[in-house]
This record gives sequence, structure tokens and C-alpha cells, in this order.
Amino acid sequence: MEGDIVEMGKFIGAGLATIGMGGAAIGVGSIVGNFLSGALRNPSAAGGQTAMLFIGIAFAEAFGIFSFLVALLLMFAV
Amino acid sequence: MAAEEQAEGLQFHPMEQFTVEPLFGGDTIHWYTPTNVTLWMAIAVLAIIGLLVLGTRKRAIVPSRTQSVAELAYGFVHSMVEDVAGKEALKYFPYIMTLFIFIVFSNFLGLIPMSFVTTSHIAVTVVLALLVFVSVTLLGFYLHGIKFLGLFWVSSAPLALRPVLAVIEIISYFVRPVSHSIRLAGNVMAGHAVIEVFATFAGAILIAPLALVGIVAMFGMDVLVAFIQAYVFTILTCVYLKDALHPSH
Repeated sequence: MEGDIVEMGKFIGAGLATIGMGGAAIGVGSIVGNFLSGALRNPSAAGGQTAMLFIGIAFAEAFGIFSFLVALLLMFAV
Repeated sequence: MAAEEQAEGLQFHPMEQFTVEPLFGGDTIHWYTPTNVTLWMAIAVLAIIGLLVLGTRKRAIVPSRTQSVAELAYGFVHSMVEDVAGKEALKYFPYIMTLFIFIVFSNFLGLIPMSFVTTSHIAVTVVLALLVFVSVTLLGFYLHGIKFLGLFWVSSAPLALRPVLAVIEIISYFVRPVSHSIRLAGNVMAGHAVIEVFATFAGAILIAPLALVGIVAMFGMDVLVAFIQAYVFTILTCVYLKDALHPSH
């Protein structure tokens, strides 16, 4: 019976940890949206800034990946 | 836990594809044991040699298809280093090219069904990221000496704020190899695990068509991710290199 409660806690914890991925989604969406709204105003300057776009996406996405990793650790490693 | 899952209808093992196994049987893995990781890394290196050495051997003025792909990759990384890190960073272009080509090839070889994706292992990406971190830090100290610490001392901020900012800068500097490695491994692992989850759903007859569409969609997504993550890894290397070359804020 105790083992079942531990199992349940693992699943609940993993599910809660995935909420963090929503934050990464909001962050990436905000970055790309702002990039697009800027790029459509001055399309000639947009090409040179794609590197910055990807750097920003990478930084925002890292935290979503962290929470995914926490979920995976709870599911399979703990 | 495994026995309980066996009893249910759907068998759910999305992480099984990442197990490291010895190639020639046996249970124990020593540092010299050839495993599937070794095999797929060797295949990646052989494919790189095939593209970059054998493909460009003729040095034709009108390039063949292989040679133009190799030239495309070279030019892509070259312009990325020049744009992000500046002209002085071109000295370190071979290292960045090596990183990019190796990650791209491991990612794409991992997309072949039944193959093994080496970059999904944090052990692999940590080595890549730590090498970047250590070499960039040493380079900064070699080029600028003690002035390299000016990276942490934001001289444009008010004096009272600078110690606080220095702490934040130092923390963010040491988190770099962590996020650098986990981003690549996490993205690749997540993509492959999601494909496997959809493949599990394909076993249930009612939702099998939906699951097949999901597999195809996730596979397309993974092709994108495989390239973008290699691109992001190299571009972050360029950013860190730029910090080492020009540490002052």
C-alpha cells in the first residue's frame, strides 16, 4: 500500500512538473511574435536578426526543457 | 512496477530506445566496451569524412552535388561565426565547424528508424558543452589576463548595483554549460520519446490512424529540431566565444 502512494506521488509530481513547459511555450511565442511584428515593419533589417531570434528562443526554451527533464526524472529515475 | 505495466494492455516504454548496450553481448560496460553509442558515433564520423573529405576531393570548379553540400555547410558556419563573434573569431572556426557538423550528423543519423541517437545522452552533450566552456574560459584568461573578470563587472551600471550584478553574472556564467548541454540532449530526447509515445498509441486499433498522423507530424518536427538544435548549440558557442574575445561590457 505504501508503494502505491509513492507511485501516485511520482505521477502527480511528473504531471505538475510539465506545467513549466507552458511557461516556455509562452516565452517562445512572445519572442517570435515580437520578432514578426518588428520584422514586418522593417523587413530589410529582419534577415540580420534571425541569429538573435534563435538565441532568444534557445534561452526561453531551456527552462521548458528543464521542467521536462524533472518530469522524466520523476517518472523513470526516482 | 514493470510487472504491473506488463499486465495492462498498452506497454509504455518510451525511454527504452535510449539504453546503452554492448555491441557484442555481455552485461558489463567498461570504458573500452564497444556499445551502440560507439557504433553510431563512428558512423557519424565516417559519414562526415565521406562528405567533407571524399566529397570535396576533386576540388572541381563546377562542384558536384556532394561537393556543393559540403561547401554549403562550410559557408553557412563560416558566415555564422563571422556575423555573431566577429572577424577575429575566424581563427577558431575549425572547432566550431567540427561541433556543428558532428551534432548535425548525430542528430540526423538518430532519425533513421531503429538507429540510436547519441546526442540524446546528457553524458555526450555535457562533454561537448564542458569542452566549449573550459576552452572559452581559458581563452579569455589567456587573451586578457585578469581583465577577463571585467565580464562580471558591469561598468555601465550604477556603482551600488555592480556587486549584485556581479553575483548574477557569475551564476549565469556557470549555468552556461548546464543549459548548453541539457538543451540539446533534452530536445532530442523529448522528440524521440514523443514519437515512441505515439507509436504506443498506434497499438490501439481505435486511435491508430490518429496516432500515425501524430508520428508523421512529430517526425517532421524532429527533422526541424535536429537542425535547429545543432544551429543553436553552435551559435551559443559563438556568443560565448565573443564574450571571451571582448569581455568588457
